[in-house]
Amino acid sequence: MLEYLWIIPLLPLLGSAVNGLFGAKWPNKIVNGVAIGSTGLSFLCAVEAVREFFESGQVLFRKEFFTWIAAGNFRAGFDLQMDQLTVVMVLVVTGVGWLIHIYATGYMAHEGGYYRFFSYLNLFMFFMLILVLAANYVLLFVGWEGVGLASYLLIGFYFLKKSASDAGKKAFIVNRIGDFGFMLGMFLLFRAFRTLDFQTIFTSSTLQGWPVELSGHLGTLTFACLLIFMGACGKSAQLPLYVWLPDAMEGPTPVSALIHAATMVTAGVYVVARSHILFTHAPTAMLVVAIVGCATAFFAATIGLVQTDIKKVLAYSTVSQLGYMFLACGVGAFSAGIFHLMTHAFFKALLFLAAGSVIHAMGGEQDMNRMGGLSKKIRWTYGTMLVATFAITGIPFFAGFFSKDAILFGAFQSQTGGSVLYAFGLLTALLTSFYMFRLIFLTFNGRPRFDEHHVHVHESPWSMLGPLVILAVLSTIGGWFALPAFFQGPDHFANFLAPVFVGHESAEAAGEGAAYQLEMILAGVAVGTALIGLGVAYWLYLKRPEKADGLAKSMKPVYTTLLNKYYVDELYAAVVVKPLLWISANVLWKTADVAGIDGAVNGIASGTTAIGDGVRHTQSGNTRSYAVWVVVGALVVIAVVFFWPFGGKSVLGMVR
Amino acid sequence: MVPTNYYVILSAVLFGLGVFAFIFKRNIITIFMSIELMLNAVNLAFVAFSQALGKLDGQVFVLFVIVVAAAEAAVGLGIIILIARNRQTLNVERVNLLKL
Repeated sequence: MLEYLWIIPLLPLLGSAVNGLFGAKWPNKIVNGVAIGSTGLSFLCAVEAVREFFESGQVLFRKEFFTWIAAGNFRAGFDLQMDQLTVVMVLVVTGVGWLIHIYATGYMAHEGGYYRFFSYLNLFMFFMLILVLAANYVLLFVGWEGVGLASYLLIGFYFLKKSASDAGKKAFIVNRIGDFGFMLGMFLLFRAFRTLDFQTIFTSSTLQGWPVELSGHLGTLTFACLLIFMGACGKSAQLPLYVWLPDAMEGPTPVSALIHAATMVTAGVYVVARSHILFTHAPTAMLVVAIVGCATAFFAATIGLVQTDIKKVLAYSTVSQLGYMFLACGVGAFSAGIFHLMTHAFFKALLFLAAGSVIHAMGGEQDMNRMGGLSKKIRWTYGTMLVATFAITGIPFFAGFFSKDAILFGAFQSQTGGSVLYAFGLLTALLTSFYMFRLIFLTFNGRPRFDEHHVHVHESPWSMLGPLVILAVLSTIGGWFALPAFFQGPDHFANFLAPVFVGHESAEAAGEGAAYQLEMILAGVAVGTALIGLGVAYWLYLKRPEKADGLAKSMKPVYTTLLNKYYVDELYAAVVVKPLLWISANVLWKTADVAGIDGAVNGIASGTTAIGDGVRHTQSGNTRSYAVWVVVGALVVIAVVFFWPFGGKSVLGMVR
Repeated sequence: MVPTNYYVILSAVLFGLGVFAFIFKRNIITIFMSIELMLNAVNLAFVAFSQALGKLDGQVFVLFVIVVAAAEAAVGLGIIILIARNRQTLNVERVNLLKL
């Protein structure tokens, strides 16, 4: 299988093409078969490839299938590679992707455009797999742009709804800003290394001999890393380019789960982790990554506190958790970042799917203020969502506990600004715990706040619950790779990724003595904050619901600021969108286009008409007036011949 | 011996008169005659140059012109008679049915 790595991305592409071209007339069952079959096969192929990878001694496998672009010494090929990092990504993408495909067959059963949905979803899988399997930046960028396209198509899936099509455009445009930086970063890397192949760059002697660009020394690598991080910011929804992700919730819920929580938005983290050798040569860029990640984590969490739309809360939670991952990368704990990426893929996909199940049960209602008391009516959804909430808030022995712990530990140990980063990380953990339990309590507990006669609450079909249960299991045990580390043993996950992240692993120290004690203390503190968040949420939303409103009233300015998401959208509208629209309307449209281009075209046309109008009168049909013109012409010719005014030679002379 | 200049100038004057009449007269017969005048002015120039250069080419041309003019006169007069019969006028300004 390893030799035929291209089959893994090809299968979803085939599924997409078949469904997209022929699916319109097929019944849903056949569309299901194609979509689930292609992704399921892709998952099996990935598992088999990973097995062979393990068997082959876990050394980087790399194969060039064909040359795509060749120009001079530059070569960009369809080259795929498999290493430990790819293993994690491929399994997450195909595995979680497959589960969500199954879920979507239940969720989308009554929607129009069924085949179109699955065609797009498979297309997304194809591009995402290209992204994680690519062995050079150019091919990675193909996947990078492709997932952006699929994301755009799926956010705007309900394209008749203006807000949905607007959200799709917003996502695409904001991503383009990041992609612009990414491309510049690639150009810079090409200039420095004369190639864009991962392996060649990372092992090149140029890089080995490259001085570490300490603070104050802003060299090529720092700029290249910052530009690549700009692309990552766009794709992974970090400050200041996060604005598209909350709006992306306009798409169907399986899309939110797959693309805007579990896989695509982690592409930025993946790229940073993949380029970790470059980043470690540029500590300034690392610091920027850490600060942006930490700021985003905190910032998004505060917005999440007050949102009432169940999917919006989860969207801001995603932005916040992505911030955690970047924080981990920024402080050099790359394996912790990837670990959190994986566990987050499990529990956030589960949260979104469970939220979708709730929305399904409520007949399309997304406002948590009109839910409540659902726990008894949809037990499975409640149970699985509770597991996911435990995982994300870091309750011990659920998946998120281990990964979040590793990140906070890494932040605490960081040389530059460690304590500040740790403090904000911990604060974010508190906020996370609060808003997640707020979500649970508002949705599932307390008294129903909807009309029970009109809303017929019903549990979802098993095609939806099955994936929920599997993901709940994964959210529970997904972090147990790191379990031995808890009892002073090895951290299997970090050790597994160690060949990729050679040389800078703080996690190894975790197993011994003082560092171990420190980690235990930090873990205890993190669990404590999570429990405080739980307690506050319980007190405010179950015990004394009236207190929550009172608190909101007494802190009205803060509350409205948070509710309006710090007015960032309004700020962007005023600073970027409005001026752009003004320039487009007044300069480009009314001046350049209407006056300039249209004016030139219309002017030539009306000028021709006017000349024709004037000359038309000479064509009178009167023979004698023609005779006049003949005479005039003859006289002119004679005059020119005999009285040539220019130079010594007459025309007559030239003729002779 | 009369100088060639004189013939050429006479020819130009006659030609000019012919053009003038062609443009400003309205009677078809007069216009027809002015065409004849122009032709004969050209004939005169031909003959004069032929004489001056001592070649016969000009004379030959003149004979051709006379023959063509005769044929033209025959056809032209036929047309004029038909116009006169059908339209009861010889004014060219009023022979403009095709324009309307």
